[in-house]
Amino acid sequence: MSILLEAKEVSKMFGGLKAVSNFDMTINKGELIGLIGPNGAGKTTAFNLFTGVYQPTTGVINFAGKSLKGMKPSQITQRGIARTFQNIRLFSELSVLDNVKIAYHTHLKYNLAEAVLRVGRYMKEEKRIEEAGRELLKIFKLEDKADEIAKNLPYGAQRRLEIARALATRPQLLLLDEPAAGMNPQETNELMDMIRWIRKEFALSILLIEHDMSLVMGICERIYVLEYGSIIAHGLPEEIKKNPEVIRAYLGGEA
Amino acid sequence: MNSLRKLDAKAIIISLIGFAILQGLLTADILDNFWELNMILICINIILAVSLNLINGYTGQLSLGHAGFMAVGAYTGAVLTVNFHTPFLISIIISFVTAAILGAMIGLPTIRLSGDYLAIATLGLGEIIRIVIMNVNYVGGAAGFMGIPKYTTFAWAFFVMLFVVFFIKNYVNSSFGRACIAIRENEIAAETMGVNTTKYKVLAFMVGAGFAGVAGCLFGHTFYIVHPSSFTFLASFNYVIMIVMGGLGSITGSIAGAFILTTVSALLSAWPELRMIIYAVILILLMFYRPQGLFGNIELTSLPIFKRFKGGK
Ligand SMILES: Nc1ncnc2c1ncn2[C@@H]1O[C@H](COP(=O)(O)OP(=O)(O)O)[C@@H](O)[C@H]1O
Ligand SMILES: [Mg+2]
Repeated sequence: MSILLEAKEVSKMFGGLKAVSNFDMTINKGELIGLIGPNGAGKTTAFNLFTGVYQPTTGVINFAGKSLKGMKPSQITQRGIARTFQNIRLFSELSVLDNVKIAYHTHLKYNLAEAVLRVGRYMKEEKRIEEAGRELLKIFKLEDKADEIAKNLPYGAQRRLEIARALATRPQLLLLDEPAAGMNPQETNELMDMIRWIRKEFALSILLIEHDMSLVMGICERIYVLEYGSIIAHGLPEEIKKNPEVIRAYLGGEA
Repeated sequence: MNSLRKLDAKAIIISLIGFAILQGLLTADILDNFWELNMILICINIILAVSLNLINGYTGQLSLGHAGFMAVGAYTGAVLTVNFHTPFLISIIISFVTAAILGAMIGLPTIRLSGDYLAIATLGLGEIIRIVIMNVNYVGGAAGFMGIPKYTTFAWAFFVMLFVVFFIKNYVNSSFGRACIAIRENEIAAETMGVNTTKYKVLAFMVGAGFAGVAGCLFGHTFYIVHPSSFTFLASFNYVIMIVMGGLGSITGSIAGAFILTTVSALLSAWPELRMIIYAVILILLMFYRPQGLFGNIELTSLPIFKRFKGGK
């Protein structure tokens, strides 16, 4: 298997707080990996480091063989990492379809003159992303909500739209930050099926943050466990389940 | 999708008919010089409002220095026409370029600022432009630049305005405009979707400033003189009021705002004190009854009337 993302001894300080320390992670092509840990463990910070929202204080992150050092989030997206946010960040005043259209941004091939004169590639390209966008919405059962304003969608639908939008950027690696947060059990199950399905269909690697451990155990091939910014365990779900460190940090906090 | 172009064609035809009628009334002297001047000013103010709306309304970057860019265009155009005898169209184009370059130069360092800070910085920079001009003797300094031929006819103003409106309209309805709107809606999400936010903010700044320069060039060739006092921050506020009144993020709104405020000020030109009071009353009423502006972010072409019109081939 070939390595897609590799983080080596990555640390991130916020003032005196070490939000992530000596973080090592490898994601291979096509893998579905879980990142779990209690609240405040540094999971979201890890995502922010992978996507260029923050720069690591020390350490390196390589993606598809190249360092991500100094790159802006938009450049990293163009290289093939997409993400969703723990606290949903849709373009909430825009339509569902427009949310997805914006995500095709880097895949549109027309220039300013063509756009302003509505000639050349403009018409064809706009038509293409309109169709692709609707197609994508269909996968997430949002096709009949295409013209609704994003903020008016029910919560679960907003989360699905965030994933749809991330996929529109055509990533190789998809980072999902607690995608099931706030969903009911039935929605959660559907979501997990969907995650499995899109991984195969879009030939993606997925890194999934979730603090419900049983959920992650069900679908992830490997799991990393984070506590106070450090990885305290990683391995197969079976191994993680039995790991005494994990049981102490996670399940047996009160034991 | 082809219906888009058809809609454009219809809008252009309607505009041409409107122009023919107005031009006819001017030629027949039913509308006198006073109204010709005000029709020119309406066109110029529409250019200013629509271009400012790209920056403030669509990209969400509060700029208060639009009159500064207008000044750059007015003086560039005046110098070119008077000292270098360039054809009017060339003066207009070069005015666009100089104002756009200045817009980029101002945009790049200030774009990191947001909200109030950007507003203050652009306000200051607009004033600096004016004060620099006031101190350059080559362009007449505080006395203003005189002897400019009155090239700006209603036809010039109208067709340049039409071009700018279509330019901005198509800009905002393309991936360029979606990038701007994404920035306005949520900058972090925009970056995450692959939008280089710095690039698109600076681009919006450049295009907006460039067309303010074009408006300035037309303005400079409307009277015999351009004078620094035409480009104070009060003028910049005036354009902000137009777009807020019409609705940020609506081109139709900007056109309406520019039209209404310019007309009101023309009708009340004999009573300048009253003008400010009426301005204030209009704004207060608007804030009470329609805080999103006359059009909100709706376009005329998406209103039911226009839809029906579209349907009838
Ligand atoms: N921008 C920031 N500035 C300061 N502290 C931060 C910032 N972002 C996160 N933190 C801190 O880093 C730690 C890890 O946070 P986070 O990555 O959000 O945890 P998790 O996603 O695992 O719940 C927390 O203590 C949090 O308060
Ligand atoms: Mg988190």
